Amino acid sequence: MSVPAPDASAGRASLPHVSGLLAAHTDSWREHLDLLGPLPRLSAGQLLSVVADAGLTGRGGGHFPTARKLALVAGARNALVVGNAAEGEPASSKDRVLLGEAPHLVLDGLLLAQRVVGARLAHLAAPADLLDDVVAPALAQRRDRVRLVAVPEGFVSGQETAVLAAVEGRPARPVTLIRPLAERGISGRPAVVLNVETLAHLALIARYGAAWFRSRGVPDDPGSRLTTISGAVRWPGVWEARGGSTLGDLVEAAGGPTEPLQALLVGGYHGGWVPWHQDAADRPLTRAGLHDYSAAPGSGVVVALPARRCGLQASAGVVAYLAGESAAQCGPCRNGLPALAGHLDALARGRSGARSVQELRRLSDVVDGRGACRHPDGTARFVRSTLRTFGDEVEHHLAGHCTAPDEPTDATRRLPWLPS
Amino acid sequence: MAAELSIDWTRCEARGVCLELLPELLQPDDWGYPMSRGTEPRVAVRRALLADAQTAVRECPRLALRLTPAS
Repeated sequence: MSVPAPDASAGRASLPHVSGLLAAHTDSWREHLDLLGPLPRLSAGQLLSVVADAGLTGRGGGHFPTARKLALVAGARNALVVGNAAEGEPASSKDRVLLGEAPHLVLDGLLLAQRVVGARLAHLAAPADLLDDVVAPALAQRRDRVRLVAVPEGFVSGQETAVLAAVEGRPARPVTLIRPLAERGISGRPAVVLNVETLAHLALIARYGAAWFRSRGVPDDPGSRLTTISGAVRWPGVWEARGGSTLGDLVEAAGGPTEPLQALLVGGYHGGWVPWHQDAADRPLTRAGLHDYSAAPGSGVVVALPARRCGLQASAGVVAYLAGESAAQCGPCRNGLPALAGHLDALARGRSGARSVQELRRLSDVVDGRGACRHPDGTARFVRSTLRTFGDEVEHHLAGHCTAPDEPTDATRRLPWLPS
Repeated sequence: MAAELSIDWTRCEARGVCLELLPELLQPDDWGYPMSRGTEPRVAVRRALLADAQTAVRECPRLALRLTPAS
């Protein structure tokens, strides 16, 4: 392997460390090499061991330990390695921003993952415009071969099995798994799908080591993570947060609230609401930290809902969106999500009685766990979180009034709180 | 529990054969799709019903059912 740069170890030693993923921004392969040096010459075993020591977990929302995920397919015959930038979550733009800022860092990570697995070829799945505008031009500057796979926009098309379907030339829809992906993929080839942020971390961990990564977080949340913060904050956008950052830290990083807040949507449209008060602000964006609120960090989405908005109306918009994003392959999802959306819409508009609330609870249980992918489960979780968090508002609506009647326009109602 | 009955939801079209063969385990949901009578979405099959479950797997016109060893 020859790269247009001096000896790897010497180059690395003389280069100051970048301060994070987004600080690895470069406009060309040459600039990337000047900033970070070439890929370190670590063996598959050495890479696996440094990633395990670093404690890196998946940044696509699954939080599975990356070293374990890679080890499950390492050395498998004919394995598929796929980098995933098919970010279906409307309130997340971290993968798009990361690829735009540091495409070479993502490609580095993908090639390292390929090295760990021993695969012949790596795949990168992303929306077509990102491939054309960012990834293909970056790849053209390097000697590496990566197969680029266009994945259409859509909430469920970023799910692992949907991405693998796209890699195999089929429609990007979730597939029922009989055996784990690492054993048989979706059609016999062992497969590993890694979020592009996870890959970018891998590329820095390989260069700077496990201790460096851990120093950017806390023991139960090592390393930094990209977050997308939107809604009623001064500077909505993508922010890189140290591990262990609290919800309050994240809102402050985005410039603080622009007006009094009511709740945060944490973890995206499959996530949960966290009422905005001091206890919530002090909670770290970790599974343990959010457990009491039945929320999880997911892919690092935080949406700030202002006090003047009705939580039921905002939530009804989210559930209507989720119902529309069902791939319509599985009966309970295809039928149940529109039913959930209808009941929540009626409740939000003050056009229903207590039976609607019972139906929302019952239908959430009916759809939960009954699909090829987690779309019905995530939607059920969001509906339950809505009823729990905005319980007082539910009572007001049942009594015929709304405490936050700031009726949004139809456009914001359909897709509330997208990052601007 | 002897086994678990798993449903490939991308195949199931609510034909109802399994509902007739396994009324002890399955009930129709609002749209006629099979739903566990238990508190969890997974369908646990006890030993006494294993033969009926195997018939359901064989007779499903959509080939949507599988029996897997209890985990």
